[in-house]
Amino acid sequence: MMKGKPLYNLWILCLWCSFFTKAITSQAAARFVGEQHPYKTIRAALAAALPGDTVYITKGLYKEGNLIIDKPLAIIGRDQPILEGELKHEILSIKANHVLVKGLTLQNCGRSVMNDQAAIKIYESRNVHIEGNTLLNNFFGIYLQYSKHCIVKNNFIKATQKKEYQSGNGIHCWKSDTLQIVGNKIYGHRDGIYFEFVTHSIIWRNIANYNLRYGLHFMFSHENAYISNYFKANGAGVAVMFTKKVVMLNNTFVENWGDAAYGVLFKELSDCYLSGNKFIRNTTGIFFDGSNRITAENNEFIANGWGMRMQANCMDNKVMRNNFKGNTFDVTTNGTLTLNHFSENYWDRYEGYDLNKDKIGDVPYHPLSLFSVIVEKNPPAMLLYRSFMVTLLDKSEKIMPSLTAENFVDNKPSMIPYKL
Amino acid sequence: MIRILKYVAIDILKNKIVIAYTIMLALFSWSAFSLEDNAAKGLLTVLNIVLLTVPLVSVLFATIYVYNSNEFIELLVSHPVKRSMIWKALFIGLSLSLVTAYLIGVGIPLLIFADWGTALIMLAAGMLLSVIFVAIAFLSCIFTRDKAKGIGISILLWLYFALLFDGIVLFLFFQFADYPIEKAVVFLSAWSPIDLCRILILLRLDVSAMMGYTGAIFKNFFGNSLGLVVSFTLLALWFLIPFLWSLRKFKKKDL
Repeated sequence: MMKGKPLYNLWILCLWCSFFTKAITSQAAARFVGEQHPYKTIRAALAAALPGDTVYITKGLYKEGNLIIDKPLAIIGRDQPILEGELKHEILSIKANHVLVKGLTLQNCGRSVMNDQAAIKIYESRNVHIEGNTLLNNFFGIYLQYSKHCIVKNNFIKATQKKEYQSGNGIHCWKSDTLQIVGNKIYGHRDGIYFEFVTHSIIWRNIANYNLRYGLHFMFSHENAYISNYFKANGAGVAVMFTKKVVMLNNTFVENWGDAAYGVLFKELSDCYLSGNKFIRNTTGIFFDGSNRITAENNEFIANGWGMRMQANCMDNKVMRNNFKGNTFDVTTNGTLTLNHFSENYWDRYEGYDLNKDKIGDVPYHPLSLFSVIVEKNPPAMLLYRSFMVTLLDKSEKIMPSLTAENFVDNKPSMIPYKL
Repeated sequence: MIRILKYVAIDILKNKIVIAYTIMLALFSWSAFSLEDNAAKGLLTVLNIVLLTVPLVSVLFATIYVYNSNEFIELLVSHPVKRSMIWKALFIGLSLSLVTAYLIGVGIPLLIFADWGTALIMLAAGMLLSVIFVAIAFLSCIFTRDKAKGIGISILLWLYFALLFDGIVLFLFFQFADYPIEKAVVFLSAWSPIDLCRILILLRLDVSAMMGYTGAIFKNFFGNSLGLVVSFTLLALWFLIPFLWSLRKFKKKDL
């Protein structure tokens, strides 16, 4: 049911876009910018262009400061022309609807914490299409505010700042609606993709690696879908907060290492659906904090330090049919109260049996080990992990639970891993 | 010394226990790797062999062997050889045979099934633990003439390092939970060779978790090359000091 809406929007958007591109190309004049062309500067071409025209920018280096696009235009780069911001200017400011920006290289935009300069900034516009651009060493990469029905697709965005405060976000969206963020590659920014007050949007097939803070970071962004994205080795993983009705499908979260790094941090999220995601070699796969009514099924948790940490302030979450393999700790919590539901998961630590051969273990599985409780209260005790003493304690706790929450249990553990 | 070493080696071979130990280790590790569906679980079984079985067998076998070769030692002392030579030859002979047993028994399956980094660390840890516990056995032998007492001391020392020490550390953790004890813990772990080896292996096996809380202190200390050098130096001290101490005592001992 939740999946329906973004897809529906996508269809509508596709129809609209095809309609508009047709409309534009049918009447438009083409204006060429370059050394051997009528327009030597982009600024001149933009000034002369009529709504609906196409501006072709040919190969070259253009240092023209801030360019403002205030009418519906298609701006297309031939052979990757370079637009240089000289570390002073916002390069492209889009203040019109129906703009296409394609095939440009934008680099070295200005750095300013006062007005958040970006390589491409979209102000209160609709149907803007940013595709196939290369953005290098910018402060913010692509910045959308108060925009609707925009598409950001197949862009390559890379920054090389060393410190968080010197760096902006790769794709930054603020108070927008019905966006499509598709197939972008984002490296080395502060946050790879940042959403605040963005709704009804789809984030699909993006790659965000080695960003300084988060690969993906969103707040107050309801009813979005995140599909087949890949997040690797970001400073603090992925953190999503204060949001409801989010769908996350087939995303991969890899090697987010550190004390405060999480595959995904869910803070105050509710009514979300996670399926087919893979959490591999993270310090913590998923961290649930104050999150309610989340369904997580058919996900894989492989070789994480903590597969899932579910704080005691979470309620009515369902964790079903997931694979937990080779994690140091499968699931931990910080209290004794458990209001969440675990069922039919595959746990590689499970030692029960299956007499009636229905592939469901006959003995309930308690994923909470005594030692995980000890480590939760006393982190340095981690150093004693895998010592014989600790193994003994764990075994006796498994037989007679006293310290661990007894209702933290999977009553139907699967005997064989799911093929995911 | 080479001559004495040869006698000792032949004697140990004749004894057949070391050969049996090799076969046992091989059986354990091969079955561990081939029965479990993933290599990581097999590694855990091997880890327990390294941390528990290897020290126990080393310390017991060495103690009993030294007591049994009392007459052999007395015979050698009557010959014109240096006393320290006899003791050293005995130590090297025992260490070499136990290390070889470990290398053949555990080393081969480890190198085949586990990834190389982990396998090498585990090999080094097992070899060092063998030598360390032979040295500890030598020390407990030299302290008492009574065989039962000597063996008792050896077993108690093994119990202490393998079980009690962790219990004490855990207890300290709870007692000093309110204080920043991370650095103290690193220091403390140097006081048990088994713990030191376990942490070195842990940093390979559970790297994701170790990168978490403990990251800053432990990974920084044990994980970088300096930490490795320090750890292995400490482990070297763990067999050098007991052995040299026993050597000094042996030189002055009234046989």
